[in-house]
Amino acid sequence: MNARILAATTGRILRQLRHDRRTIALLVLVPAVLLTLVYFMYADQPTPPGQPTTFDRIALVMLGIFPFVIMFLVTSIAMLRERTSGTLERLLTTPLGKLDLLFGYGIAFGLAAAVQAAVAAAVAYWIFDLETAGSIGLVIGIAVLDAVLGVALGLLCSAFARTEFQAVQFLPVVVIPQLLLCGLFVARDQMAGWLQALSDAFPLSYAIEALQEVGAHAEPTGRMWRDVAVVFGAVVLALVLAAATLRRRSG
Amino acid sequence: MDDAIAVRDLVVDRGGRRVLDGISCRVPRGAVTGLLGPSGSGKTTFMRAVVGVQLVSGGTVTVLGQPAGTPALRHRVGYLTQAPSVYADLTVRENARYFAALYGRGRVEADRAISDVGLAEAAGQLVATLSGGQRSRASLACALVGEPELVILDEPTVGQDPVLRADLWARFHAMAAAGTTLLVSSHVMDEAARCDQLLLIRQGRLIADDSPAAIRAAAGVDDLDEAFLRLIRAGEAASTSTDATAARETA
Repeated sequence: MNARILAATTGRILRQLRHDRRTIALLVLVPAVLLTLVYFMYADQPTPPGQPTTFDRIALVMLGIFPFVIMFLVTSIAMLRERTSGTLERLLTTPLGKLDLLFGYGIAFGLAAAVQAAVAAAVAYWIFDLETAGSIGLVIGIAVLDAVLGVALGLLCSAFARTEFQAVQFLPVVVIPQLLLCGLFVARDQMAGWLQALSDAFPLSYAIEALQEVGAHAEPTGRMWRDVAVVFGAVVLALVLAAATLRRRSG
Repeated sequence: MDDAIAVRDLVVDRGGRRVLDGISCRVPRGAVTGLLGPSGSGKTTFMRAVVGVQLVSGGTVTVLGQPAGTPALRHRVGYLTQAPSVYADLTVRENARYFAALYGRGRVEADRAISDVGLAEAAGQLVATLSGGQRSRASLACALVGEPELVILDEPTVGQDPVLRADLWARFHAMAAAGTTLLVSSHVMDEAARCDQLLLIRQGRLIADDSPAAIRAAAGVDDLDEAFLRLIRAGEAASTSTDATAARETA
């Protein structure tokens, strides 16, 4: 990797995003609109005494899931565009390293996700009175890490997609099982053993658990740091695997 | 060992078909070498092998004294793909600055590359809004911006107006005079006369490798188009008579 090339690549991806105003508007506004839906869905639900409200429980998890899903999709398409436009082949004939390109995407979309997560968290906390024992800063930090996880998995999956149709199909294949088993619908310890094993193998489960730890504890817990480390490790692993699937030579 | 490119017995198969069939040739430094041949003759595959992005089945390609595709060569070789490979959602200037940064060059070099291809007035325009000819010149600017020692240009003048085409050829010769080596492909025979040296390939085989004057003299005609036709006919007659001899022997 080379700092100058990495910075240039990150800047180039952000500049592409800047020219696409509608995408920026969608990135920033959609999570806030969806949170509004969730708020009114659960507005009249009774809360058992001593428990967080259903909205608090769901909204906190959603703050991590939105950036993960959206960045996975955006990255899959962006990387596929690099392939089909011929720019990827050209980049691979320049001094650019494969990791410069992959980390460039990770950093650029991570920055976009930071804006997205900050707006969504602001709406959740200040308009809908989301309450968490831990700090809003940690929630945003973990949400950004979730977004970067989405970017890394998107980059890896895009290596296996030749067309846009295939790329979009990776959402139900890669993202939805992780959503189903992350503990949002059924608590992880109440699932059948083999489902728990799958859940343990999915990085999103740790990302969601980290958010739930912040929701329940005023101070960062050891379990939260372990979860963050697992997600971070999954990001690095996915990026390295994505680099290994990028071939400079082709038939 | 003063050749920019030395190719020995190059064989490439793509999709079960032999695309290049035992090509051996040399490209001299500091000159414009034309790679001529009809569409589908293997010109692009040959160029990809020189740049080092093509999987080859046999033979060797040595570029600036090193095997093609060596990482150090990526700083010294510029490649223009046949289809313009620039970012449509960036301006011409943003594209040129990004590719300049990959080669460690700055804004001055980027602006010079843009004006060298006659796009100074469109520098602030998004590539998506350019005409086909302008778009391929934007792509050319990005191939030249790193001031490479060896420039591989796949059909750089297709779709350009005659005045611009003359300007581009003058630019190529100025670069060659300054010591740059250029390998330029074309399927238009009238461009052959503008080259210092010619490689003619047809159906994956090298038919001629000489200067335009020598090729005219060998064929005994002034018109290069006619000269190539005679060389092809002579080659075909030779191979049919060999086939006939072989058939007689088997009988």
